[in-house]
Amino acid sequence: MNKPLRRIAIFCGLLVLALLIRDNWIQFAQADEYKTHKNNRRVAIERYAQPRGNIIVDGKAVTGSKATKGTDFKYKRTYKNGEIWAPVTGYASQAFGATQLESIYDGILTGDDDRLFFNQTIDMFTGEDQKGGNVVTTLDADVQKAGFETMGDKKGAAVAINPETGAILGLVSTPSYDPSSFAGNSSKDAEKWNGLLKDEDEPMLNRALRQTYPPGSTFKVVTAAAALESGMYDIDEKTDTPDPYRLPQSTTDLGNDGNHPCEDASLRVAMQWSCNTVFAKISDELGNEKMIEYSERFGFNQEHFVPVRAAESVYPEDNRPQNAMAGIGQASNRATPLQMAMVAAAVANDGKLMEPYMMDQLIAPGLSVVEEHKPREMGEIASAENAQKLQQMMETVVEKGTGVPAQIDGVTVGGKTGTAQHGENNEKNPYAWFISYAKTSDGSTPIAVAVVVESADVLRDDIAGSKLAAPVAKAMMEAALDGKR
Amino acid sequence: MSTSQATGNTGSNTTISPGGLPSRRNTELAMLVFAVLIPVFAYANVGLAINGEMPAGMLGYGLGLGLMAGVAHLVVRRFAPYADPLMLPIATLLNGLGLVLIWRLDQSERLALRGDGIAAPNQLMWSALGIALFLAVLVFLKDHRILQRYTYISMVVALILLAAPAFFPASEANFGAKIWIRFGSFSIQPGEFAKIIITIFFAGYLMVKRDALALASRRFMGLYLPRGRDLGPILVVWAMSILILVFETDLGTSLLFFGMFVVMLYVATERTSWILFGLLMAAGGAAFVATFEAHVRGRIMAWLHPMDIFLPEDQRPEGLISDQAAQALFAFGSGGTLGSGLGQGHSDLIGFAAKSDFILATVGEELGLTGTMAILLLYGLLVERGIRTALAARDPFGKLLAIGLSSAFALQVFVVAGGVMGLIPLTGMTMPFMAQGGSSVITNWALVAILLRISDTARRPAPAPVPSPDAEMTQVVRP
Repeated sequence: MNKPLRRIAIFCGLLVLALLIRDNWIQFAQADEYKTHKNNRRVAIERYAQPRGNIIVDGKAVTGSKATKGTDFKYKRTYKNGEIWAPVTGYASQAFGATQLESIYDGILTGDDDRLFFNQTIDMFTGEDQKGGNVVTTLDADVQKAGFETMGDKKGAAVAINPETGAILGLVSTPSYDPSSFAGNSSKDAEKWNGLLKDEDEPMLNRALRQTYPPGSTFKVVTAAAALESGMYDIDEKTDTPDPYRLPQSTTDLGNDGNHPCEDASLRVAMQWSCNTVFAKISDELGNEKMIEYSERFGFNQEHFVPVRAAESVYPEDNRPQNAMAGIGQASNRATPLQMAMVAAAVANDGKLMEPYMMDQLIAPGLSVVEEHKPREMGEIASAENAQKLQQMMETVVEKGTGVPAQIDGVTVGGKTGTAQHGENNEKNPYAWFISYAKTSDGSTPIAVAVVVESADVLRDDIAGSKLAAPVAKAMMEAALDGKR
Repeated sequence: MSTSQATGNTGSNTTISPGGLPSRRNTELAMLVFAVLIPVFAYANVGLAINGEMPAGMLGYGLGLGLMAGVAHLVVRRFAPYADPLMLPIATLLNGLGLVLIWRLDQSERLALRGDGIAAPNQLMWSALGIALFLAVLVFLKDHRILQRYTYISMVVALILLAAPAFFPASEANFGAKIWIRFGSFSIQPGEFAKIIITIFFAGYLMVKRDALALASRRFMGLYLPRGRDLGPILVVWAMSILILVFETDLGTSLLFFGMFVVMLYVATERTSWILFGLLMAAGGAAFVATFEAHVRGRIMAWLHPMDIFLPEDQRPEGLISDQAAQALFAFGSGGTLGSGLGQGHSDLIGFAAKSDFILATVGEELGLTGTMAILLLYGLLVERGIRTALAARDPFGKLLAIGLSSAFALQVFVVAGGVMGLIPLTGMTMPFMAQGGSSVITNWALVAILLRISDTARRPAPAPVPSPDAEMTQVVRP
């Protein structure tokens, strides 16, 4: 009987071996996958096991943590002026996960990040609870508040950038939401959450980064840059443009708004009065390929990470008539408010496009800096000479063109209005755009802004970039300039 | 064969035992010290991690476990001096760690909110009862061959025990498996007791019939095919397993009994063909039941797609009703290589049956891959000692009984651990010695006692023709 016994012994050995192999598979090979699985509650339990680190604006925290009574979560996230800062912070909810800065820097905020290993080890020996680090943003509280308040109950977004560094100073998206309202995991939180999801105005959509709009006439700045860079045009040269202009391969005539001297206008004049005919013709003459190339210099056709992901703004391949219309921002090209702010900023910074960012520093609990963002140049949109010509055009717009409402005493402001049609046959209320920058007397350009206002509840005739969007841009620029003074 | 094994084992021992031959009792005592100390340290560890102080029951627990182990050791020393030295320490260590883990889960607020009561004190009582039964077996069962007399009574008792739960209402909280008999708040799991009793029947029956089963066969394509009428017993056991599965929806018990029977049949007859038949019948039975039993299908679904439970309700595969399988995998994965440390994991998220069927997931999370492998190897070692006992036994009944009990134990460990780790579909069985459950812990202590009795008989010096007076003389003339 011993031969079968020995074989059974081997069989039992194989059973144990199978268990050991399986154990290694789930606890070693697959361990990380299970550990970080989105349905693994431990992820959320860890996230709220100690007071979370804060997101800092202008030296003050816009977030907080408070102790709760619950079996799973010891702390809950709180927000100060949550509605204003939600487009920046995102949310961290016990029940619904985290997004944006709260999610990207979760490791730092909870203290789990490997770069905080030293702190963790010290805490372990001194018996202190693990602490989270802070995320310092580049935002300017005054600019952000000014933008949010002047947007009021209008639907839209505004982005402000420091053209010299790329630092994001304002990131407004309205209507907004208060992330505090669903930070917990009670039925009340779920009710709020579901209400926000069902809201037709999509308050949780980050319009500043994630929504693309037809850029309308603000895109003419890009077309003008292309025109100058191509060497085929100059700022005060006549452009030999008929008014109205017949679109290529088409029987459609394109006209201009209002009664302005657009026929044969130079770039400066065309920009001043936002002449559709001139820029459509330029776009056609440069051709689709060149237009794609020049708009990509501004950052079109790629995603940006600030470090929150921003949607890709597009200038696609298209046929001739569509390409001509894209030159005035009224075809298949679309842009995020961030992208248009980058356009204004690159022009203001003498053609150098700086990479936009909003994380300035990551700070360990002991106040040492874990990571710091250094401004990076993404590329040149135009030579300094041509960029200055673009500035002259944009400044003319504010001085004596469509952008007059954005004038600020004692400061040079350059801007461009836009009124983008949308909906079939232009039925829906258009999008009102305004992009601008402010230049102080010492020659520095502390801020560039892009504002878009979606179909606001005002009379149709009133909708124009200069009336709806320019005041928001002006308020934000003033806030930034006040801070400088 | 067996004697060489036994003397080979004791050859290097220098301990002088009363019989003049090495018995390894002192080895057992030394091992037992560790087997008591490790759980005591683990207990302190849990207390410090959860409450930041030494647990109040520390002294009582340590003394209690130490006392039980000490008494067990003394009884073994007196009544089974030649018994295997490793089985008692391993069983004590597993039982002790199980108590600590149950106590640790008792501290969980999450389980308390679910309405799970405190389980550790009861488990300690059951462990004490189990050790009492262990002692009783060693004291009163002078020779395992006495059990042979009860072959057919065992069959009747085992069948009654196995059939009983089918006549009691299924507990809703138990996901449909009917393996319990309830008397008010008190419940027992008769399948556990049946495990030992039916092994006695199989061993007695096969010992008598083995020649008929082995020799009266035809050769066909290199295999010995049994005669049609000799297929009777295996068909009966197979049918019984299927019935358990259908009426009690208990996958584990069914698999355990059938597997154990096939192993014993193979050992008794030395005919590989039985294994082949066994596998074919098991596969056929499994396919049959999986087609007709929704409960079993649900378990298979949970095994194949554990994470699908998180899909919206309308996209979930049919029959998938519990997130236990996924939660167990999360616990193992979150434990990683070294584990979170005792008292610092969240294996209580498993919820239902965290202290019983899923206790291994707590080992996985809090002691990590390292701890889990150590525990699995301890089980493997215990099984190995059991098989070694079977090899060493001098009588066929002892051999069959020992291999039956060892393989039942091995299969149970495999079925539970494999189920919890997602290697095979989950079944409602308990991890021997560690899991919460009185029936299980009592049965397994009795199982170890019987194995110790067999190994004592096997390792005892060959009985002299004439009793003691001449023993001294023979010793003297030995080279």
